[in-house]
This record gives sequence, C-alpha cells and structure tokens, in this order.
Amino acid sequence: MGHISSGDADKNAYDVIVVGSGAGGGQTAYTLAMEGAKVLMLEAGRRYEPASETPMMQTNDQAPLRGASTPEKPFGFWDATIDGGWQVPGEPYTSASDDPARQFQWWRARMLGGRTNHWGRISLRNGPYDFKPRTRDGLGFDWPMDYGDLAPYYDKVEMLIGVYGGEDDLENTPRSSPGVLMPAPKPRVSDLLVQHRARKLGIPVIPMHRAVMTTRLDHQRIPKLLHPGNTRAQAILAADMQKRSACIWATPCGRGCSIRANYQSTTVHLPPALDTGNLDIVTDAMVRAVTKRADGKAEGVIYIDRKTGAEHRVKARVVVLAASALESVRILLNSGVANASGKVGKYIMDTVGAGFGGQIPLLENLPLHNEDGADFGHMYIPWWLYKEQLAGKLGFARGYHFEFGGGRLMPNMGTASGLEWLNGGTYGRKFKEDARRYYGSFVYFSGRGEMIPNEDCFAELDPSVKDKFGIPVLRFHWKWSSHEIGQAAHVEKTAAEIIEAMGGRYARPPQSGEKGIKQGGVIIHEVGGAIMGTDPKSSVTNSYGQCWDMKNLFITDGATLCSNADKNPTLTIMALAWRASDHMLGLMKRKEL
Amino acid sequence: MSMDRRTTLKWMFTAMATVPSLGLGSVVSENPTRGIAPNQAGYGTDPDLVKEWKPGGPWPLTLGESDRAVVSALCDLIIPADEKSPAASAVGVVDFIDEWISAPYPQQRADRELILKGLPWLNAESFRRFKKTFDLASDAQRAAIADDICSVAKAKPDFEAVAKFFAKFRDLTAGGFYTTPVGMKDIGYTGNVPLERFDGPPLEVLKRAGLA
Repeated sequence: MGHISSGDADKNAYDVIVVGSGAGGGQTAYTLAMEGAKVLMLEAGRRYEPASETPMMQTNDQAPLRGASTPEKPFGFWDATIDGGWQVPGEPYTSASDDPARQFQWWRARMLGGRTNHWGRISLRNGPYDFKPRTRDGLGFDWPMDYGDLAPYYDKVEMLIGVYGGEDDLENTPRSSPGVLMPAPKPRVSDLLVQHRARKLGIPVIPMHRAVMTTRLDHQRIPKLLHPGNTRAQAILAADMQKRSACIWATPCGRGCSIRANYQSTTVHLPPALDTGNLDIVTDAMVRAVTKRADGKAEGVIYIDRKTGAEHRVKARVVVLAASALESVRILLNSGVANASGKVGKYIMDTVGAGFGGQIPLLENLPLHNEDGADFGHMYIPWWLYKEQLAGKLGFARGYHFEFGGGRLMPNMGTASGLEWLNGGTYGRKFKEDARRYYGSFVYFSGRGEMIPNEDCFAELDPSVKDKFGIPVLRFHWKWSSHEIGQAAHVEKTAAEIIEAMGGRYARPPQSGEKGIKQGGVIIHEVGGAIMGTDPKSSVTNSYGQCWDMKNLFITDGATLCSNADKNPTLTIMALAWRASDHMLGLMKRKEL
Repeated sequence: MSMDRRTTLKWMFTAMATVPSLGLGSVVSENPTRGIAPNQAGYGTDPDLVKEWKPGGPWPLTLGESDRAVVSALCDLIIPADEKSPAASAVGVVDFIDEWISAPYPQQRADRELILKGLPWLNAESFRRFKKTFDLASDAQRAAIADDICSVAKAKPDFEAVAKFFAKFRDLTAGGFYTTPVGMKDIGYTGNVPLERFDGPPLEVLKRAGLA
C-alpha cells in the first residue's frame, strides 16, 4: 500500500507528480496508479480521514450556534470543509475593482480531497451543444472534442463513483449508457407537486443525477469494464467497492460520508489507488512553482511544507496540475511556463447563480413522514428553451437548470424564522401552531446557468501582495455580460411562475438580474484560466490538458474548460481527467514522455 | 438581588426619567455595566466535528443574571409550554441565546447589539406600564407589550426599532428551540434515522396534495 505522509517526499521515484487531491487530482491519480504508473500526489491541506472525522447523524443542537454558518465554517459547522472558504487565513487574493459587482470570490479548501468532501454531488453531463457552443450561436469557444469523445469517460466515471439518475434523454441533456446509473430516489411530495404544475407551463422535471449510491456497487461487473485486461486493478477495485455502503437515507451529504455512500475523492479515488502501492501522498505540501529542465520540459515542482516552511523539490517524468482551476493558474503564472499564448489566467468563468423561493399552502400540515431521502436534489429542471433561445427570443444566449427542494428537513436556524410575511407576526401558542403549519411548506428554486467566457474576467499575479508562504497571489478582474444578467432575471421570473402555478406565494416579487445575480465565484464552479483548444496561439492546452509549450505538463482540473455549461462541472472534470490520464499512459508507454 | 441586577435597575430608572418614549437608540449607551462585545477567537477553521459542543465551550457566555431573566421570560413568551412540548427555557434556549450573542462573528456581533438594546427596553417599558420588570410581570402584562412589538409591519413608529429586535429574538428562539430533540419532535421532523430504503411520501400525503 502507498503511504500518506506530511511534509517530505521520497524524491525522484515517480513517473508522475499530481498537484491536488480533489476531483481532478483524485481521478488522475486513480487512473494512473491503477494502470501501473508511480504517482506522487501533493496536497496543500492536511490529511483527512472521513471514516473517523465525519459528523454522521449529529443534530444541530450539538453544534456551536446550532450549526449556523460563520466566516470560519461558511457552509455551517458540520460541513466537511477544513481550513477553507472564500477567505483562507494567511492566503489572500485581491480584486482589481472596489465595485462588488466586479469582484470575484475565490473558494478554496485546504484538506485531502479538497472540496469533493463537501460538494453537492450533482453530476450532470455536458450535452452535444455544450462542446460546440460557438458553432451553435457564435459566442465563446468550441471545445477541441465533441460529446462522443467524452461520453465513454462519463460512463466510466459514473460507474466508478456511483451516480443515481433517470433514463430521460432530452435535448442536450443526454442519458447515460444502459446499466451505468443507479436508480433515482423516490420523489418527495414537493418534487411531485413541482413536476405536476411545471408540466402545465411546459417545463420538464426529471430525476437529478447525483453521486450518491442508492444501491451497492456491482463489484463483479464494473471493475472488468473499467480496467479491461488489468486483473490486479480489477481485484483491488472489486475489494474496495465492497467496502462502500449504499445510502442510509439520513444525514446531509455536505458533512462527508463515513460509510462512503457518496463520492468524495478521499472515499472513492484515493483508497484503491493507495492499495495499488503506486500512489504516495504528501499532505501540507503547498506547491509554489513548476520547475523547468534545460530542454524546456517540466522537471518537477517546488513545494513548501505548510508546517515547517521548508522548501522541497521533487522531480518526475510528468507533472500534472489539478490544484483547482485558479490555483493551477497561479502556479503556472508563478512558474512562468506554458504561457506563450498569453492566455494563462484568461477566460475564467463561474456558474450564474440566482434563486427564488415561495410558500405553498398545499404543502402545509401534511401528515408526518420522513423526507430526508438522499439529502437535497431528487429531481431537477434541465434547461428547456433551446429552440426559443436559438431563435433569439430570450435576450440571453445560454441556458440554466433549476435545482430545487423542499420538505421537512432537519431543523436549523432557518426553521420557523421570518414567518411574519405569512402570519403577520405571532408569539406564544399561536406561534407554535404556525411553526408546525409552515414547516416543510417552502420550496426554493436555484437557477444555475451557463456563463459565456469574456475578456473582462481574468486573473493575474498581484504586483505586490504575497501569501504567508511568500508566494505572489492572484488579482481578479470580473464583469458579467448582459447574457448572464438577463439569465438571472429569467430565473426569478420563471421560479415565481412555477410557485404561482403551485398555488404558492412569495415574500417579494422577482427582482432584476443585476440585483438577483450572485457575485462571481459564489457558486464555486470556477473554471477556465488555462483553456483547451486546437490552436497553440489561442489556448493553453490540447484536449488532453497537455500544455502546448511544455509537453510533459498537464492540467486536469477545471482550468482547461473553455466553456462552462449550466451542468455542474465536477463530473466533466473527472471525465476529462480520466481521458487525459489514458493519454498520458499511452505516451509514457511509447516513451514519448 | 445581585449587584448586576441592582445596577441594571438603577440604570433603567435613569433611562426612564430621561427618555420617556424609550426609542431603542438612546438606552443602552448609558449602561455602564453591560457586557463588552466579545473579542476572543472563534472555534477556528478546523474544529473537532465529532465531539459534542455545549454553550460556553467555544467562547465564554457573557449575559448577566438580570439579562438572562429577561431572555428567559421573553423566549417563553414566544415559545411557551403547550400540550405538545415544554417552553423554550426548559430546553436550553437561554444558554443558546447567550452563546449566540457572545460569539465573535460579525452576524452574531450585530445581533448582540440589537439584543442588548432590546432587553433593557423591555424592562423599562414593563416598569413604565406595570411598575415591574419584564421578568416579574404577569403573562398578560408581557403579552400587552408583545402585542405592540410582535409585527415589524404593523408596529407604530415609536415601536418600529423594538419590533425589529423582537423579530430577531423570535427567530433566535425558534432556531434554538426547534433544533433540540424536543423541538424537532414538536415541529414534526421524523428523519435522521438510518433506513434500509426510502419510500417517499405515503399515499395519504399525495392525496392531500392533490397528486393521487
């Protein structure tokens, strides 16, 4: 078995250095180690053990402040994130503008597995249009691949990590291959009511795809499909799959999962990769730069031991950056490599975020039943207005989906709060009756939409500010275009229409897109900054995340995405990372790396 | 009567003499004894997630005895005992509110400012009307005050600021109460139990929602 240590690595013994341990780094290390490459993974944060550190089943009264979010735990006390958030002490970033509308908020997590420990597990595939957006509407960039190139890797990732979903096959919302997905969980009553009423507005409501196991993994069938001809990898994966349990329909996924029923890098990618003996992990290793050999290829990386401040150098045949899109950008800029195009740091994107909620009298005082399910997100609304949009009828060029939810979920500080708009402000026995009546009768719709890359959104090195390690930090420039603003307005207006169709009411009317759109970075789907393409003059990598200017330097996180479809990017990052890793293995086998 | 309480009462009478209508802004600044905003650290960015935390653990509680008496009376006015569950103060909500307003984070500091203005206002208003502090007033007397401040939208201009305090306090009380085992049971949360399978809503629920 490989080892996890803090600080110092066994030098010069590796084929590949992987910087980062989240979705991209985890998938890269998994694929490489399972297929026999010797891998060193460097993680800037601390070691993390989901089996012993996950607060499974704890209730909010067992947490400080009843679990409410604070600047130290932005997603609440029980959230899995360690040493993370939009601000990380000692690790600043700066903004070129004082205007909040032109600022970008950068989320980071400093822990093994990164943000995969807490993420929403929403696992949507990009569709055919999403790979050729410029061909379709003249905006942004086409990918140097199409849906068919990535579809087999979507299948592989879904089978490996365990994804539930439906069989729907809608426009630009492709289904998975037969036998790949697990059954979707049963809808809640609020899901069914949304579906019933949205249908009358011509809006589809279908099962969500999430990386949560609703059944056990088929350990006899899947390993053979994922690692054909590699009996050792098959045996290791089959053994590990048997250690993962199915969902127990309780305790929120954002806390992480000690029984490994959902995907996080630390519970899915890293255990079998470590079991091969081919993967070593060094935590508390903050990578500063890629080093260069005399022949212009990557030599290795320099990292700083977070605990001692000592600087280390490690070497390998191949270096992979998967430090999260913008941390990889920062490493590239601080290294002064792979940037002949001048495009490193350019075209950063987030998901367009807006939302709107209401209260539904039909859902009041329903007979009590357990609605925990697989946490939020049993169903969702995929984008449905492709034809109208292409015909120019909407005033914004790209779509969004709705994640929505309701039900009697575990009480928190929001429970029975802010009821005055419904009950006029009560106290005493009447208040207690109201609390029971309204609990679980709210539905909230979160619009998550595609942002088009633009010249105004980029990151560069701040000329003077450095972090606590002495590493220059990023300075962000940001500006939404009218496409994103128009989309945010459409989100609120449409959600209000659905709420009305459910017989519901809302506390305030829908607002303008300028007011409703979340700040850049708030949705934590930041991608781009080292985009892939077909032309070395206008892109940083090819479709395998291989840098044009440094052939043994790869990027397998979100930095290479040259568009950011409304589909949450994590599944696509993993599929790309697997595909890139296969390419690396082929090149190494042929001695081309 | 403790020193804390005597001092508060003394301050309160002063406030009443000088500010007959008792808007919120003028009251608290004159109080020399009430807690200074907490200045210690929070639980950090890597707290232990598997130990059980209690109010007073991550940072000290700061409410004095007289403030706690008003907090207790007010949270029980908002959530009294009924046939389904006990009153808020019986399940630790006073400690929770103390923890909340003693916390070092921006939201809680802002709430602290509002709460520490509202609590003495309640005492002063109760004394003005009934010659008793709020915690010693009868249920009917407390309700008479609450009726004037329980709605931000409907409050008379003189009571608007206090109504915002009341709304905040009601939210904190509700959050504190409904997150306890007793509160979760009362409000109808039946989850957080491991299940073999998830069955979705029973037929009766679907019928009631017009879906079956």
